[in-house]
Amino acid sequence: MQAYLWLIPIAPLVGAALNGAIAMAYAKRENGPNERLISLIGCVAPLVSFAIVATLFNEMRALPAESRVFHQVLLPWISAGPVHIDFALMADTLTMVMLLVVTGVGSLIHIYSVGYMHGDRGFARFFAYLNLFMFSMLTLVMAQNLPLLFVGWEGVGLCSYLLIGFWYKDLVNAAAGKKAFIVNRIGDLAFLLGMFIIFVTSHQLGHGTLDVPELRHLVAEHPEAFTAVATLACILLFIGACGKSAQIPLYVWLPDAMAGPTPVSALIHAATMVTAGVYMIARLSFLYELAPTAMAVVAAVGCATAIFAATIGLAQRDIKKVLAYSTVSQLGYMFMAVGVGAYSAGIFHLMTHAFFKACLFLGSGSVIHAMSGEQDMFRMGALRKTMKVTWMTFLISSFAIAGVPPLAGFFSKDEILWLTFNASVGPSWLPGVLWTVGFVAAGMTAFYVFRAVYLTFHGESRVSEEAKHHLHESPTVMTMPLVVLAAGACLAGFLGIPAVLGGGNIFHHWLAPVFGGHGGGTEGHALAAAADTVVRATGENHSLEVLLMLLSVAVGLAGIGTAWFLYNKKPALPAKITAGFGGLYKLVFNKYYIDELYEYTIVRPGYFLSDKLMFRLVDTGIIEGIVNGVGIMARLIGSTVRLAQSGVVRTYAFFFLIGFLYLLYTLLK
Amino acid sequence: MGAITIQHYLALSAILFFIGVFGVLFRRNLIVIMMSIELMLNAVNLTFVAFARYTGTMDGHVIAFFVMALAAAEAGIGLAILVMLFRNRTTVQADDLTLMRD
Repeated sequence: MQAYLWLIPIAPLVGAALNGAIAMAYAKRENGPNERLISLIGCVAPLVSFAIVATLFNEMRALPAESRVFHQVLLPWISAGPVHIDFALMADTLTMVMLLVVTGVGSLIHIYSVGYMHGDRGFARFFAYLNLFMFSMLTLVMAQNLPLLFVGWEGVGLCSYLLIGFWYKDLVNAAAGKKAFIVNRIGDLAFLLGMFIIFVTSHQLGHGTLDVPELRHLVAEHPEAFTAVATLACILLFIGACGKSAQIPLYVWLPDAMAGPTPVSALIHAATMVTAGVYMIARLSFLYELAPTAMAVVAAVGCATAIFAATIGLAQRDIKKVLAYSTVSQLGYMFMAVGVGAYSAGIFHLMTHAFFKACLFLGSGSVIHAMSGEQDMFRMGALRKTMKVTWMTFLISSFAIAGVPPLAGFFSKDEILWLTFNASVGPSWLPGVLWTVGFVAAGMTAFYVFRAVYLTFHGESRVSEEAKHHLHESPTVMTMPLVVLAAGACLAGFLGIPAVLGGGNIFHHWLAPVFGGHGGGTEGHALAAAADTVVRATGENHSLEVLLMLLSVAVGLAGIGTAWFLYNKKPALPAKITAGFGGLYKLVFNKYYIDELYEYTIVRPGYFLSDKLMFRLVDTGIIEGIVNGVGIMARLIGSTVRLAQSGVVRTYAFFFLIGFLYLLYTLLK
Repeated sequence: MGAITIQHYLALSAILFFIGVFGVLFRRNLIVIMMSIELMLNAVNLTFVAFARYTGTMDGHVIAFFVMALAAAEAGIGLAILVMLFRNRTTVQADDLTLMRD
């Protein structure tokens, strides 16, 4: 089955090509193409990938831990001097987790989209983009070398842009797409620079490479050569991750990205693409281990993002915006995890988050669908009566994200917090601070998610009369994925039961060949350090671990309780409280005016520079001046010299004579 | 009264040549200009033949014949062009024919 590795990304590419061709063929016609055919192509493509991934996963499980890696080189790509890069795919245990998440959740969201996008004029175009996204994302996670990873990285960025601006006739959506693309571009530049540094360093060691397994060996053999540049390279790569995974200071695009159709928000801007940064850092963990400063930066930025986005989430009215800030916040947790060296915990949270956040987004999509496009939670309420399945699945996922045991979020979030508490990263006070902030953010998460639950599904109905008539539960094609994802949100956590609760943490063992630890240990001392953190954390201090676990459950329940009290028991109270905190509420509601800050410090000066300096001075003044100057000179000379061209033959003969006499003179001189 | 030497021939040839040059430069009628060109060619011929006699070789004679043949061809084509010009523009005045400028 290993020989079919290439088919995993190619199947969605074929789907994208077919649906793209159909979309183009019907672009000018009155009627859209047949939706059944398109949904068939669009859904079968990711399902084929999923089937192959599942088969490969089974094969891999049968192998001993050390040999759990598949490779496939498709074609040579770049071969120039010291640079040699192939289209090479790789699937190790880490890739396998990502592949299962991407193809599994991806397939479900494709199926959901059949219902959600029903009747949309761009039905074929939507599925073409969605399949193209799957192709890019699968290329990203399966790439064996960094340039190919970067191709996928850019590909998902492109699809994100296309899908955010899917309803491009509304200028706001088009602008949101552009914003996402441009903000990502900033990160991508840093990513490229980081890649160049790695290449140059390996080239100086006599073997210039960007191939991940080769780099891993090279780093293990010459840690001293890489230590010098690792901090800079890792921070540059992390800036790239900040762009893609919406971390401070480049998170601003993600909330705006909610302009896209809701399945897109679920697939790209919650479950898969935005986790690419976390995946990339986990993939290059061997390099990050050499740069403790960079890791501390990653952890600190992740932690800051977690709390910052959570506070903004507290005050949003738009249901999708709440979930968007929640995603930014949860991504912050993942970065905190990989920053303290708890890679498998970070990936574990990535996986559980993919389930419950995709479910929440699809649930919100189901609500928006039923509400005929309304997204303001203060115009909803009491929807649980009409939308039972959506309500139940949304509720389950909310419990999962709030960290209520035994749902998925509890295990993954708790593992991150516990490992952060025990980490030895940065200055000695850092882990304590990280844990405290993460702990508070966990409470806020529970609060804002349940605020959304109570506002949307419980209490008095605030639905407008018009929308009330159309209120309905979504069709099965939409509720079925919700149920599956909710089941995932319930069960995924059991893969990572910590030792203190009597579990074996299967997930951690599975990833051990990549991150070192119990199973692997062939990769040299750099990885042993990472394994060490985890071993120590899971090994000692049981009573403290249980205490912290109880604390984080308590804070989650407290958040839920507060949300219940404010938005269900006394629904009049929030208005009074927000009035009491007028200024603060306004600050948070307006997202700390970060967009405005960027507008005035970066966008406007940038616009000013481009307009006045680059456009008017450099372009029109200097460059155009030179070009036009040459033209003007030629015209001036021409208009002078053309006076000599009288057209009178005798004048020419006269010049000819003068020339001839001069020639004679020089020859006879 | 001395014998006619090569200097005499050369002087005559130079005089004829410059009469031709000035004819080309200052006359307006294209027919006269062509005649002036013929004059220049024949002045050159005279030089060739004079030198041939002086050195006692045949090379000058040969070139003189070539030039005559060429001059005949040139006169033929030139006159043909003139006829066409006159038919089209009813003039053979060089100053009226400034097509190259326009």
